[in-house]
Amino acid sequence: MWPIFDYGRFVSIISSSDVYGVVWMRSLAQLHKMANLRVLVGVKRVIDYAVKIRVKPDNSGVVTDGVKHSMNPFCEIAMEEAVRLKEKKLAKEIIAVSCGPAQAQETIRTALAMGADRGIHVEVTGKEYENMTPLHVSKIMAKLAQDQEANLVILGKQSIDGDNNQTGQMTAALLDWPQATFASEVTKENDHLKVVREIDGGLETVKVTLPAVITADLRLNEPRYATLPNIMKAKKKKIAKHKAADFGVDLTPTLEVVGVEDPPVRQAGQKVESTEELVAKLKDSGVV
Amino acid sequence: MASRLIPSAGQYLRLANRLRQHVRTKATAPSPAATTSEGAPSGGRGYSFELTDEQREFQDLARKFAREEIIPVAPHHDKTGEYPVPVLKKAWELGLMNGHIPADCGGMDLGIFDTCMITEELAYGCTGIQTAIEANSLGQMPVIIAGNAEQKKKYLGRMTEEPLMCAYGVTEPGAGSDVAGIKTKAVKKGDEYILNGQKMWITNGGHANWYFVLARTSDDPKMPAGKAFTGFIVDRDWEGVTPGRKEWNMGQRASDTRGITFEDVRVPAENVLGAEGVGFKIAMGAFDKTRPPVAAGATGLAQRALDEATKYSLERKTMGKYIAEHQAVAFMLAEMAIMVETSRLLTQRSAWEIDQGRRNTYFASIAKAYAGDAANKCATDAVQIFGGNGFNSDYPVEKLMRDAKIYQIYEGTAQIQRLIISREMLAKAKQTQW
Repeated sequence: MWPIFDYGRFVSIISSSDVYGVVWMRSLAQLHKMANLRVLVGVKRVIDYAVKIRVKPDNSGVVTDGVKHSMNPFCEIAMEEAVRLKEKKLAKEIIAVSCGPAQAQETIRTALAMGADRGIHVEVTGKEYENMTPLHVSKIMAKLAQDQEANLVILGKQSIDGDNNQTGQMTAALLDWPQATFASEVTKENDHLKVVREIDGGLETVKVTLPAVITADLRLNEPRYATLPNIMKAKKKKIAKHKAADFGVDLTPTLEVVGVEDPPVRQAGQKVESTEELVAKLKDSGVV
Repeated sequence: MASRLIPSAGQYLRLANRLRQHVRTKATAPSPAATTSEGAPSGGRGYSFELTDEQREFQDLARKFAREEIIPVAPHHDKTGEYPVPVLKKAWELGLMNGHIPADCGGMDLGIFDTCMITEELAYGCTGIQTAIEANSLGQMPVIIAGNAEQKKKYLGRMTEEPLMCAYGVTEPGAGSDVAGIKTKAVKKGDEYILNGQKMWITNGGHANWYFVLARTSDDPKMPAGKAFTGFIVDRDWEGVTPGRKEWNMGQRASDTRGITFEDVRVPAENVLGAEGVGFKIAMGAFDKTRPPVAAGATGLAQRALDEATKYSLERKTMGKYIAEHQAVAFMLAEMAIMVETSRLLTQRSAWEIDQGRRNTYFASIAKAYAGDAANKCATDAVQIFGGNGFNSDYPVEKLMRDAKIYQIYEGTAQIQRLIISREMLAKAKQTQW
C-alpha cells in the first residue's frame, strides 16, 4: 500500500501501474504546493500599548474615542514572520485580515506596508463590534482560510485588549488543522513545520503538518519598520471589503460584559524595624 | 542634600524613558494643516487641515523612528560629537532621508509639506542628527532645481543607491550673511575651472561625498551679484579638496561642521550648475525649499521642550502641589504651547505654498524667523521649569537649549529673515492702492 499524504489525511491506494504514475505526480504537486504557502495573517486594531487606559465613568468599558490605536504588537510579530517566510521564498502570497470598523483599514494598510500582498477587511461596527468575541473571529478566519485556500494561518498569541488567547486555537479547531501556539521559532522542514513553543516549563519543539495554525509569541522575531517607499506602494494594494454575514457568521453576542473596573489602587506599605516585627505583623494579619 | 521629594537623576531617567514612549496626547498633537496630496477631504470649502492617510503613516513612521532609534542614542552623540552613522544609515534604509529626490533618480519625489512633517518628527528626537539629514537636502536642492539630466542622474542617483551624504558650501570665514561677498574664486581654464578658496561651517563637511560650492567667476567688482557667481558640484575625492577639523559647537554636536579648503581644484565644465554666472540665484532659490524644513526642525525642538516640561511639571511637587498647578508654571507652559502651534502652522503654510508652485519667500522667512525664536524661548522656558535639574546634563532640556540657538543663525540669520520679510511686504505695499 502506498500511503499518500494529502493535506495530512491518509488516502489509501491500490497498487497498479496507472495509479503509480498518479502518485508520483501528486507527490510532486504536493512538494510544489508545500514550497509555496499562502499565508493568512490576522491583524487587530487595538489601543496603542503605550496609552494609559481609562475606564468609562459608567464602567461599561474603556475609553476608545480619540485614543491612539495601532496594530496589536503580537499581530505585528505574526506579520513579520509571514514576510520573512515570503523572503525565504517559502510563501507565495500573504493576505492580511482584520475584523472591525472602518478604521481597521489603517491597520491593514500598515500590514500591506510591511509586506502583505493584499488585505481583507471584514466590516463590523457599533455594538456588534463591542460584543465581538474570539469565537466570532475564529469562525470568520476559518471560513476565510478555506475560501482563500490558505495553507498557513499566523495569528498573534493574544490581543493586548482582550488578552483572550483563544482565536488561534479556536480557528485551528474549526478548521480541524494542527496548531502550534506561543511560537518563538518556526522552521520549514520538508513537508512540515518545526515550531519551538514557549511554555511554562521552558521550550517545547513540535512538528506540525501543513496546513496549520501558528500563534506568534514575543520572541519570535522583531518586526520591521515599514519603509517610506513601501508605505507608498501599499496604497496600490487591494483591500477587499466584506461583512461577517458573507461568511455565514452570526455576530449575535454570546457573552455580556457586566462591568469594567480599574484595578485596585496599590495600598501603602508599612515599614518595620526588625525581622521579629515583620513576622509578628504577618502573623497578626493572618498571612502566616 | 538629597531629599525624597526630589527625584534622583536615575529615577527621573527611568520615568522619563517610560514616559518618553508615550505618544503625545491630543492636547499637544500636531495640528493637521492644509495638504497638497490627493484625497484630502476639505468638504469643498477650500482650506483643509486634514492629513491624508498616507501622510499620517509617514508621520507615524518618523515618530516611531525618532523615539526608538534617535532619542536613545542622542545623548551619547551630544557628549562625544561622534557622527551618527548607524542612525543615518537606518534612516536612509527607511526612506526618511532624501525624500525630495525626483522619482527618475530613484527618489520618492516628496513635496516640501511631507518633508517638513517628517523633519519635525525626527527633530523631536535630536536636532543634531536631524540637521545631518537636512544638510543632505540642502546640498541636493541646487542640483534638483538647476541640474541637467546627467548631473541629476550622477549626483542624485548615487544618493539613493547608497547611504551617502552631501553638503552645501557657500558660507566662508569672512562672509556668512553677505553671500555676495564670498571670495572663493573659480577661474576658467580650457575645459575646466580652477577653484580656490575656503568655506566654513559646512554641515556634513567631513562626511560628504560631494559638495555644492558657490564661487565667484567674475573678475569685475561692479558685476551684479546675480551674474557674478557660479554653482559647482565638487567631488570630495578630487585633488585639492581638504576638509578641516570637526568644529566643536555649542549644540547640535552630533552634526559634523567643518571648514573646507579648496586649493587649485580642477572642476570640469560639465559640473557647472545651470550656467556660468547664475550661481547666486540657484543658491538663493534653494533656500525657498529648505527654509520650511529648517523651521520644521525648530518646531520639533520646541515641541520636545514643551513635552518634557509638561511631563516634569506633572511629577515635581512644590509647596504641596504639582508645579503644573501653580499658575506661574501653567502660564509658561501655555505660552510654549502658543509658540509651538504657531510655528507649526507657519511652517506648514510656507511648505504648502511652495508645493502649490508659488513663490513662498515671504512665508518661508516668516516661518523660519518665528520658529527659530520660538525654539529658543521654549527651550529656555523648559530649563526654567525644570529648575536646578534643568541646568544639569542628566536631564534632557539643557541640550535642547544649546541646540536651539543655531536656529536663529543658520539658514539665514534672524536679522536676515527680517530683512527679507520687510523687503517683501514693502514691495507688495508699494503696489497696493491704499
